Amino acid sequence: MSLQVALFLLFGIGAIATAIGTITRRNPVAAAVNLIAHFFMLAGLYLTLEAQFLAVLQILVYAGAIMVLVVFVIMLLNLGDEERLREQFTVRKVLGVVIAAILLLQLGVLFNARPTGAQTLLPRAAALGTAESVGQALFTQYLFPFEAISLLLLTALVGAVILAKRKVE
Amino acid sequence: MNLQSIPLDWYLLLAAALFTIGVVGVVTRRNAIIIFMAIEMMLNSVNLVFVSLAQFMGDIAGQVFVLFVMAIAAGEAAIGLAIVLALFRNKRTVYVDEVNVLKW
Repeated sequence: MSLQVALFLLFGIGAIATAIGTITRRNPVAAAVNLIAHFFMLAGLYLTLEAQFLAVLQILVYAGAIMVLVVFVIMLLNLGDEERLREQFTVRKVLGVVIAAILLLQLGVLFNARPTGAQTLLPRAAALGTAESVGQALFTQYLFPFEAISLLLLTALVGAVILAKRKVE
Repeated sequence: MNLQSIPLDWYLLLAAALFTIGVVGVVTRRNAIIIFMAIEMMLNSVNLVFVSLAQFMGDIAGQVFVLFVMAIAAGEAAIGLAIVLALFRNKRTVYVDEVNVLKW
C-alpha cells in the first residue's frame, strides 16, 4: 500500500468516524470536539488532493473561527447532556436513517453516472492549489461574486447583532 | 511528492457518505446546536466534492467556490447561533421538538 492510499484511508476513515461521533454524542461539547477533529481530517484530505491553500483555510476558518463561535454559544447556554429520546422518536430515527440510506444510494448512482474524466490527479494539480492561483482567479474572473460575498457577510453581521442583543428599553 | 494513485470516485463516495451522515444528524437529533453542526458537516462534504473535481479536472473554479461556501458558512454560523441564542432566551430550550408554537 502506497503512502498516498494510506493517507487517504487514514483521513477518510477518520473523517467518517468523527462525523458519526458528532451526530451521536449526547453532550454538545463532545460533539463540537468531534466536529473540530472532523475539520482537521478534511484539511488532510485537501492536502492529499494537493489543495494546500484550502487546507490551511479549512483549519483557520472552520476549526479556528466557526467552531470557536459554536463552543462559545454552548458555554453561554450552559447545556447539559441531551436527555433520552422518548419512544415516538425512535420511529422517526429509524425513518430518518432509512431515508438517508436511500439518499446515499442515489448519490452513489449519480456519481457513477457522471462522464468519465481523469482518474488520476493532474500533474499540475499542486500548482493549482496554491494561494497564487486561487487568488488570481478570485480577483479577476470572480471579482463580482467576491464583492457580493462581502455584502452578504456585512448583512449577516448586522442580522446576528440584531437577533442576539437583548431588548433595550 | 506526487499523489497520483487515488481515483476520483473514492473522494466522491467519501463525500456522499459524509453528506448522508450529516442528513442523519439533521433528521434524528433534537438539539438545535447539534443540528447546526450537522449542517456544517454537509456543507463541508460538498466542499470536498468541489475540491476533488477541481483538482482532477484542472479547473480552478471549484476551489474559488469552496471559498464562497466557506464565507456563506461563516455567515450562516453567525445567524444560526444568534437564532439559537434568541430561542433560548425566549423559550428556555434548544430542543427543536419543544418549539412547536407554529405547529398546527
